[in-house]
Amino acid sequence: MTLLMLAMAALFLGGVVMLFLNGSSRNLFWLGATFVSLAAVSGCIPAIQVLASGTALQLRYPWPVPFGEFFIQLDALSAWFLVPTLLLSALSAVYAVGYLRSQSGKRPLGPLWFFYCLLVLGMMLVLLSRNAVLFLSAWELMAVSSFFLVTFEHERESVRSAGWIYLVATHLGTGFLLVFFILMGRETNSMDLTVWAEKGVHTPKLAGILFLLAVVGFGTKAGFMPFHVWLPEAHPAAPSHVSALMSGVMIKTGIYGLVRAFTFLGTPPLWRGWLLIGIGLTSGVLGVLFALAQHDLKRLLAYHSVENIGIIALGLGVGLLGMNTGSSALIVLGFGGGLLHVLNHALFKGLLFLGAGAVLHGTGTAEIDRLGGLLKRMPWTAVTFLIGAVAISGLPPLNGFVSEFLIFLGAFQGGVIFGGGIAVPLLALIAGLALIGGLAAACFTKAFGIVFLGEPRSKDIARTHEAGWVMRLPMLALAAGCVFIGLFAPVVVKSLQAVLENVTGLPPENVRDNLAAATNPLTFVVIGIAAFLLLLLALILLRRTLLAGRRVEESVTWGCGYAQPTARIQYTASSFIQPFTTLFSWLLGSHRQLQRPEGIFPPKASLATETPDLCHGNLYRPGFLKINWGISKLRWLQQGHVQLYILYIAVTLIVLLAWKFR
Amino acid sequence: MNTISFIPLLLALVLSPLLLGIINRTKALFAGRRGQPFLQTYFDLWKLLQKGAIYSRTTTWLFRAGPMLGLAAVLMAVTLVPFGNFPALIAFPADFLFFACLLGVMRFFTVIAALDTGSSFEGMGASREVFFSALAEPALLVALATLARQAGSLSLSTIFGQVSGGHWLQAGPVLALVFIALMIVLLAENARIPVDDPNTHLELTMIHEVMVLDHGGPDFAFILYGAALKLWVLAALVVGMIVPDTGTLWLNLVLAVGGMFLVAVVVGVIESLMARLRLLMVPQLLAGAGALAAMAFLLGLNK
Repeated sequence: MTLLMLAMAALFLGGVVMLFLNGSSRNLFWLGATFVSLAAVSGCIPAIQVLASGTALQLRYPWPVPFGEFFIQLDALSAWFLVPTLLLSALSAVYAVGYLRSQSGKRPLGPLWFFYCLLVLGMMLVLLSRNAVLFLSAWELMAVSSFFLVTFEHERESVRSAGWIYLVATHLGTGFLLVFFILMGRETNSMDLTVWAEKGVHTPKLAGILFLLAVVGFGTKAGFMPFHVWLPEAHPAAPSHVSALMSGVMIKTGIYGLVRAFTFLGTPPLWRGWLLIGIGLTSGVLGVLFALAQHDLKRLLAYHSVENIGIIALGLGVGLLGMNTGSSALIVLGFGGGLLHVLNHALFKGLLFLGAGAVLHGTGTAEIDRLGGLLKRMPWTAVTFLIGAVAISGLPPLNGFVSEFLIFLGAFQGGVIFGGGIAVPLLALIAGLALIGGLAAACFTKAFGIVFLGEPRSKDIARTHEAGWVMRLPMLALAAGCVFIGLFAPVVVKSLQAVLENVTGLPPENVRDNLAAATNPLTFVVIGIAAFLLLLLALILLRRTLLAGRRVEESVTWGCGYAQPTARIQYTASSFIQPFTTLFSWLLGSHRQLQRPEGIFPPKASLATETPDLCHGNLYRPGFLKINWGISKLRWLQQGHVQLYILYIAVTLIVLLAWKFR
Repeated sequence: MNTISFIPLLLALVLSPLLLGIINRTKALFAGRRGQPFLQTYFDLWKLLQKGAIYSRTTTWLFRAGPMLGLAAVLMAVTLVPFGNFPALIAFPADFLFFACLLGVMRFFTVIAALDTGSSFEGMGASREVFFSALAEPALLVALATLARQAGSLSLSTIFGQVSGGHWLQAGPVLALVFIALMIVLLAENARIPVDDPNTHLELTMIHEVMVLDHGGPDFAFILYGAALKLWVLAALVVGMIVPDTGTLWLNLVLAVGGMFLVAVVVGVIESLMARLRLLMVPQLLAGAGALAAMAFLLGLNK
């Protein structure tokens, strides 16, 4: 516990020191990164111990806030989320040392580091706090500090608007959580989360309402469709190391909250599992479809976060169905797959956002259709990005495959044994997850292929430079993590033991047996991967021997004999995904602006496509305009005199007092 | 590890290029031509392996790695598929997921290698490849889920041990629907008519062939052999459903090989009797395959 407190102290101190020094020199950035890394190391040690032993640590101090208590506890569930949070925070902070260099001298960067440290601190406290008031305060700290990070480049209008959307969305979500926490507190007569878990909620109707509140409240932070609108706005607006942190781990606090809430709500009826699978399928399929249609690399990655949150929700849905029928295999595989995907997504999405940041840093643009041929200019970034791309597509031998395998395995097992109420939603899950996998592969062959392969599509790309070592090392570390989990899948899956015991309440030997049922096929998979790599090696040697001493020449790409190709002939991201946008046009609603080439010597022709968000335009904008119209009727209340406002407060207090004594 | 399964593995390695020969001969027969020799693919492979190579200056190491990664992945997939009534070399619960993902790896790197050339032809092929395979993937897995439910097992070898022969009498409609779905997946995944025409000479209309336009020499030999193996493994899935267990080792082997050749003939007949669908119609065909498989699952729900 001392180490945890030390970590939090380091974050707070680091933030304050960086704020007051407020400089923009590289040495100062190293200081900030050191504080965050120190916090990460001292926080990870107890977390890993808890994951290994399964025994929780806790600490309570009185806190003079109504219903508040400084009550923090590190149990296996918190530890499982804490480890990726701290690791990615430290790696992103190191990356920032190189990434922010282009900003140095332009403006003081003290506030950026200050809010970065506060965001990490907020996430830590969210994961650790066991008092409802403390939890909500930490939740708010996290939301507000990330708002300031998103609006870092506030001189751009689009960034400001993204910041507002984020701020409104996150507070609407918090509103639902507030109701959730008040209802829980009233039901159990306590504000301790540990008491809530012990007592539980036993009225089915109330439990159902609480479940829905948690899904909306935590789902807004996590980015469930249709509460995801802030995600594709906020992630591209933030500096890349912040996007990596927000997308990699901050949105996972929503998943953490949801899983924590499950432990209060007793045995779930079937509809809860159906609902989560439904949300997972919607988020997954729509997330990846909208990702496909994006032209901005960071916006594309943001939509992929929605997709991956959907995959996690699918895992949790399988787990809930298992809890309903008492099938420990489904519980372990569902929750295990979902929770492992939390870790995996933190690794590969962090990696991809850092890679996108390196592209932005090196070329000055994240517009996919302006890039091309970067593999030759940025070989390190390209290889790590490729690893991330294969991992996120759920392909072996990398980590994305492992967690999706667990979820698939759970779905197949349930689909084979159980009756229609469980088998049919699981079949939908299988079809949906297969479709998501195929579409994700399409999306990342596009993202990698157009950005890193072929010839540069615009002239300014030719001067691109590779990211420096400070930026490369975090990317390499994350890529190594992806490879490690893929190659040592059985070991990693076994380490889910403690957290699964904690979440599901199953007896340890039961969890162990069911995990063994998952590690057994994974061992075969790993053997298969080893054989695959050996075969690959053999083929490489064969090709080398075959080509040795023969004529190997270089030429131009075959263009049907056309001798003067230009880079503009190449396929672009828009043309690559054109079949998808045509087939799903009813869903995507892409705008097209086409100016056809006309005449014998056409002077100009152009095509522009844009795919705005489905929910943003059709659901929220009209809704909020109506609300705005309604509220504007109350404008006469707002006169701008302080005296009048104090009068309002006084009147409110008197009314409340009268109501109390009525 | 099933030692007896080294025989089918060896057969796959040796006989898979023959399937392409049989398809071409069938088509020639329908067209009234004499056609290529049965062994033409072997001759092509042999010739390609003798050649040097020419690479575009645009390409990188990924272009050279693509064919090797693809061939290694599909070679691994061969070890996971049962052959007739022979179990697969490696069998474990949910092995078909690994199988499907290996084919995914093959596709991923073929597409990446195609995009590496910067050619719009190959971009076009790559785009169509990822599009159609994304739609074929659900059909394949739903079909396999149906079979798994029928057999009450999650391993391909056990599944195909259960569903051949007698099972058709009890659950004929279910198996028939799955069979059709798998057949469509086979045609789509192997870029055959009605999804893709491997014989057209117009790059604009092709999918698989246009993706590998810039490959030559040993690289192209790897691709050609990989494609033959991919046809073999997917045909083995279809054959595994229909071949009955005779109880005799050699007879089983002959039946299974005969089944493979029969599938090749059927593919040839389909190619002779049908035109390629318009590209816009293909998604409907693949979604239809998925719907058939889902219907089969629902029909077999009371099992």
